[in-house]
Amino acid sequence: MKNIADYLKEERSKDWRVALRKSMKAKERTARERTPMTEYDPEERSHSYVEVNLGFNEEQALVEATRCVDCANPTCITGCPVGINIPKFIKKIESKDYLGAAVVLKETNALPAVCGRVCPQEKQCELNCFYTVSLHKPAVSIGSLERFAADFERNSGKMAIPEIAESNGIKVAIVGSGPAGLSAAGDMAKLGYDVTVFEALHEIGGVLKYGIPEFRLPNEIVDVEIEVMRKMGVKFRTNFIVGRTASFDQLRAQGFEAFFLGSGAGLPRFMNIPGENYNGVFSANEYLTRVNLMHAASEEYDTPVFFGKKVAIIGGGNTAMDAVRTARRLGAERAMIVYRRSREEMPARAEEVKHALEEGIEFLNLNNPVEYFADENGHVNKMRLQKMELGEPDSSGRRRPLAIPGSEYDVDVDLVIVAVGTSPNPLLAKIIPGMDVTPWGTFKVNEETMQTAVPDMFAGGDIVRGGATVILAMGDGRKAAAGMHAYIQNKIKNKA
Amino acid sequence: MNKIVYKEFFSEKVAKIVLEAPEIAIARKPGHFVIVRVDEKGERIPLTIADADTNKGTITLIVQEVGVSSAKLIALKVGDSVADLVGPLGQATHIQKVGTVLCAGGGVGIAPLYPIVQGFKKAGNRVITVLAGRSKELVILRKEMKKYSDELVIMTDDGSLGKKGLVTAGMEEVIQREKVDEAIVIGPAIMMKFAALTTKKYDIPTQASLNTIMVDGTGMCGACRISVGGETKFVCIDGPEFDAHKVDFDEMLKRLGAYKSMEAKAYEKYLNSLNQ
Ligand SMILES: Cc1cc2nc3c(=O)[nH]c(=O)nc-3n(C[C@H](O)[C@H](O)[C@H](O)COP(=O)(O)OP(=O)(O)OC[C@H]3O[C@@H](n4cnc5c(N)ncnc54)[C@H](O)[C@@H]3O)c2cc1C
Ligand SMILES: Cc1cc2nc3c(=O)[nH]c(=O)nc-3n(C[C@H](O)[C@H](O)[C@H](O)COP(=O)(O)OP(=O)(O)OC[C@H]3O[C@@H](n4cnc5c(N)ncnc54)[C@H](O)[C@@H]3O)c2cc1C
Ligand code: SF4
Ligand code: SF4
Ligand code: FES
Repeated sequence: MKNIADYLKEERSKDWRVALRKSMKAKERTARERTPMTEYDPEERSHSYVEVNLGFNEEQALVEATRCVDCANPTCITGCPVGINIPKFIKKIESKDYLGAAVVLKETNALPAVCGRVCPQEKQCELNCFYTVSLHKPAVSIGSLERFAADFERNSGKMAIPEIAESNGIKVAIVGSGPAGLSAAGDMAKLGYDVTVFEALHEIGGVLKYGIPEFRLPNEIVDVEIEVMRKMGVKFRTNFIVGRTASFDQLRAQGFEAFFLGSGAGLPRFMNIPGENYNGVFSANEYLTRVNLMHAASEEYDTPVFFGKKVAIIGGGNTAMDAVRTARRLGAERAMIVYRRSREEMPARAEEVKHALEEGIEFLNLNNPVEYFADENGHVNKMRLQKMELGEPDSSGRRRPLAIPGSEYDVDVDLVIVAVGTSPNPLLAKIIPGMDVTPWGTFKVNEETMQTAVPDMFAGGDIVRGGATVILAMGDGRKAAAGMHAYIQNKIKNKA
Repeated sequence: MNKIVYKEFFSEKVAKIVLEAPEIAIARKPGHFVIVRVDEKGERIPLTIADADTNKGTITLIVQEVGVSSAKLIALKVGDSVADLVGPLGQATHIQKVGTVLCAGGGVGIAPLYPIVQGFKKAGNRVITVLAGRSKELVILRKEMKKYSDELVIMTDDGSLGKKGLVTAGMEEVIQREKVDEAIVIGPAIMMKFAALTTKKYDIPTQASLNTIMVDGTGMCGACRISVGGETKFVCIDGPEFDAHKVDFDEMLKRLGAYKSMEAKAYEKYLNSLNQ
């Protein structure tokens, strides 16, 4: 294989890139301001399910693309977990070859339209952009450009179906259809394998479908990508829980040569404080699943959900932001984030916090619930909060929140959503003999191949990392596909 | 898609439905349940696998109409399919030879009790079954239960069948008469609460199968959570059976009623739509 640095250099020295670089002075490029994303009006959007970010139009994309100076040492790439050739795709946009830009994205990222929308860019590619690092200016809007190219391709009706190697007839099973499973499935299909994705729920997509709301990631975008995979020959079986509907041994007997475990970290954690089992106290997973997967807010669907007027969400991550903004859209007059650390320490994407603030969400930072109270029917009506202060940094490097004694006070609520994290579902760990599981329930893998302690099983995404990100899950899926390929080819060689 | 191959009404509101589900038929054990979504707009509801035929590749559900989803399901005809069916879910009943087993089922709980009665009998136990309902029509599966029980006691609130009285009276009579090694109770939460109190008096190890509200049934949402011995458990993955003497039935009763008014409204709307 060619050295990556050499490959990037070679690509950068192609005539079209050189010409494009010369077409505008670097000074002129860096003098331009970052193009803001056009957003739906906060007041209007907080009552509807429209997508908040409207995306760049062609003009905006072209202007933003010129900001990228096509660095000799494109540090942005080091910040991207799947190593997208960022300057190449941006320069494709600048030269108006939008479909070409999409092709570049798809070399390493199976779901660019998704990542352009949900990646924490400010902590990844954009954090490492030359603008951020050396100019101390707002980075090139890499995520928005990625989304632009992917959306352009989808709307053009000319979705490229990746090239597929000749079928080798070897069956592999993918457990779970979240981003980890989908990217592993895509890569295995490209290599010519006979791929079946098994999904426990009735919809494909994992968190992309049941967790992340449509105002941030419309389902249609995920569905289009799944359609492309079907065209690549990937089979999907919904309503199939591997380990229950059929055992791994049964699947082995059916000829599956290797497994990719991408079962995620779906088990919600609670705080175990008094009153947490009252009605009207949900896990974020339950609340979001009811609304997103089961369409509970729509009259036509049978699943019910509470429409709270005074809603508190406990937590400060993306899940908390999605839940609070959903509650707002379902009519909450008071929608509050309760988080035990300060605003700066919230793990949510910066953009989600900004959008939440614009939509009138209250932030009760440095507050922690200690107890809930209920009316005579057992429905929550009050939460007791305790104020916190920040102490010494803990092992994660963040300052440890400490309770301030005697600072408790009560707040009226009629809906509480607990979003304090999730753990891997213990099902697979329990039924797979020989699996090497950490005390947190995650699976140990070889970091190069993603192979687990059980030789024909590979794993990636949240089941390995705990709650992480879409792009990391996808990167794992790709790495695991390479690992599975090598493992199967090796097995065949040894048999011969 | 899982096709309905057989349907029979036990009473106006209770039907036996046999569906194609070859993999589940093989994998299931007594105590397991499935999640069914009747149509594209439907909710996911848990139902016990009452029986299975591995040769024909079918499973049997016994469904009592209590609201919209159960009504939609029993309104389906042979040849129709449900949109989604997933399972088997939950922990299988711990069935072994213990001696004499007292199985008590009330109303909605009789269906899920059936495979358990069958299992204990097949394991070589003496099985005494007590079935209870408000009136005769609600005491379903009498013939089937009789086949696998050494003795069948029937109790009705109005005395329209068997003895007049509550399930606990029937249970107590058996307990006072002979030694019972284990008890299983399944029914409305209020019935399980009092049945558990009854067996507690006599120190009889008792399992209750909890029918909490569920969404996914795979441990992902916590809708089904319940306190057992002061600890929060997820019924769909840790249960559905738990030590009845440790379950907080009062909490469960409240949680079951969470959507009561919404459900009642939806059911009324559904029934009205049928008349149009
Ligand atoms: C509300 C919410 C918002 C988020 N927002 C962001 C964001 O903005 N940006 C970001 O990068 N990340 C975000 N994340 C995190 C991101 O979604 C996850 O890190 C990512 O989805 C993990 O992917 P995965 O493929 O490992 O698992 P998942 O997406 O969890 O998918 C796992 C799938 O496996 C299925 N499954 C489990 N067990 C079995 C079995 N035995 N048989 C068959 N199927 C099984 C599950 O039903 C599920 O569909 C968010 C998460 C949540 C919950
Ligand atoms: C593990 C498990 C196994 C079950 N097995 C069976 C079975 O074999 N056969 C069967 O008929 N039912 C069974 N149930 C109950 C069944 O799931 C519910 O009756 C069904 O979900 C009701 O849906 P609905 O829309 O028809 O009624 P809803 O509109 O949801 O409810 C109507 C009324 O029924 C009450 N109710 C709601 N949910 C339940 C519940 N889970 N249990 C009891 N009452 C409830 C409500 O309080 C309400 O008043 C089981 C439940 C669980 C958890
Ligand atoms: S995939 Fe994510 S990290 Fe990589 S370039 Fe795109 S937005 Fe940045
Ligand atoms: S670091 Fe920034 S300016 Fe440089 S190539 Fe990457 S995106 Fe362009
Ligand atoms: S039903 Fe969702 S966790 Fe049990």
